[in-house]
Amino acid sequence: MEWETVIGLEIHAQLSTNSKIFSGSSTAYGAEPNTQASLVDLGMPGVLPVLNKQAVKLALRLGLAIDAEIAPQSVFARKNYFYPDLPKGYQISQFELPIVGLGHLDIELENGETKRIGVTRAHLEEDAGKSLHEDFETQTGIDLNRAGTPLLEIVSEPDMRSAKEAVAYVKKLHALVRYLGVCDGNMQEGSFRCDVNVSVRRPGAEFGTRAEIKNLNSFRFIQSAIHCEVDRQIGIIESGGQVVQETRLYDPDKDETRSMRGKEDANDYRYFPDPDLLPVAISAEDLEEARASLPELPDARKQRFMAELGLNADLADDLTNSREVADYFETVAEGCGDTKLAANWVMGGLSALLNKHETDITDAPVSAAMMTGMLVRIKDKTISATAAKEVLEGMWAGDGDADAVIEAKGLKQVTDTGAIEALVDEIIANNPGQVEQYRSGKDKVFGFFVGQTMRASKGKADPAMVNELLKEKLKG
Amino acid sequence: MAVTEEDVMKVSRLARLAILEENVPVYAAKLSGIVDMVEQLNAVDTTGVEPMSNPLDSVQRLREDVATETDHREHYQACAPEVEKGLYLVPKVLE
Repeated sequence: MEWETVIGLEIHAQLSTNSKIFSGSSTAYGAEPNTQASLVDLGMPGVLPVLNKQAVKLALRLGLAIDAEIAPQSVFARKNYFYPDLPKGYQISQFELPIVGLGHLDIELENGETKRIGVTRAHLEEDAGKSLHEDFETQTGIDLNRAGTPLLEIVSEPDMRSAKEAVAYVKKLHALVRYLGVCDGNMQEGSFRCDVNVSVRRPGAEFGTRAEIKNLNSFRFIQSAIHCEVDRQIGIIESGGQVVQETRLYDPDKDETRSMRGKEDANDYRYFPDPDLLPVAISAEDLEEARASLPELPDARKQRFMAELGLNADLADDLTNSREVADYFETVAEGCGDTKLAANWVMGGLSALLNKHETDITDAPVSAAMMTGMLVRIKDKTISATAAKEVLEGMWAGDGDADAVIEAKGLKQVTDTGAIEALVDEIIANNPGQVEQYRSGKDKVFGFFVGQTMRASKGKADPAMVNELLKEKLKG
Repeated sequence: MAVTEEDVMKVSRLARLAILEENVPVYAAKLSGIVDMVEQLNAVDTTGVEPMSNPLDSVQRLREDVATETDHREHYQACAPEVEKGLYLVPKVLE
């Protein structure tokens, strides 16, 4: 019999602020342990948390982007549990009255259809510190630099029905938070973490008992963790057992999930409103300001790229996945006046270099202005597409802008008919055999002549002109 | 009784409070007395009254997003029982 998978996701997005959510400590990643942990972060007696304005603004921005209800008043609560990397003995979070209420996000399915995924809520909270278990024999080291870092926990409805849908949702949200400047989305550094709730049921039946898989930090792990958890649960039920509601961890090396034991009391957090913090009020002006700060969203931009610039869906999708790439592309397209050419070079030549050098487009040595300069030279026929590849590599290597590289490497396209004619004559004279073949009807040999001529010109001859002259002369 | 002995055991465990077993019935009785007293409030009709999360009729003031704190690690760690390589050391958490 058939099984249906039901998935809901909790995503922790670290908000891109300079300072922590309740203290003036820096949030910069990678500092020496505990050098960014102030008295508030350490949970010392007698200190008071003061809420960071920017954290609130970023939460509003995400809320508006997913068309969610924004609470005019939201309340911070204490979530009580004991763990050494949580110095106060409670985490300041939001419980009954989160800042962002019901919203939604649309994902594209493989068959091209769109599916709406409900977002239950998003609430502000502080991160805990970091426990280092490996470095010490009988002890655990605690680094509290991360304690108090602002997080937005974004909780979805159990609306996803496969690992693929879950990954599509996570990717969509990941692109969105980066677009909005809400979160840098760095999964390796833990800025964007994912907890997955998985259950299985017979289609149409009530929800089954779910297990929560914690702390997945890559799209691939999310997919494989769901697959093996689904298999595990089906195995249990089909052999007559029952799934237990619990928290599990995914082990990518063994490709299995396993129970986090000894947490039987873990879900009794005894939330209560934090008496140290007053309710957060959001005014109509705050909302207006947040709305004004919203950039064009990825979906809208994709639609515009298709409708106004005539790009196909796949290309428009690739170009709008990241705001930086989309910005780069738009600058280049506008500068050179040729959308298709710009799209092809950004997703082709530049993309290949970015991958090869594992570089982000914002750090690419070839700026949008430099790329534009090169495409202008292709358009005005100063260089051929073949030579352009060399120009791009030259610019990447730091040899200057397009004109400088063209000049230095002598890549200027030869459009002088006389010069090309001389080359063509020479090639024809040196290859009587091939000429004979061509004239006896073997059209394929034509490519050989083009290749030879282009090589002889070191890629500088205008290919259109070469074609024309060869056709003319080979007629005999 | 509003608070059972099991409740007392559970709450003390969650709060990491060590209590003597012989005192459990005493706590259960006393806590029940408190809860019973508070429960008298249930007699009041609260229809239409918004739950109060803070007694002050005011809203949260917000801080500008500026990193103002400087590194005082050495000073702060002076009172820690054990420190190594800048880390606070605690008994091993995982086996």
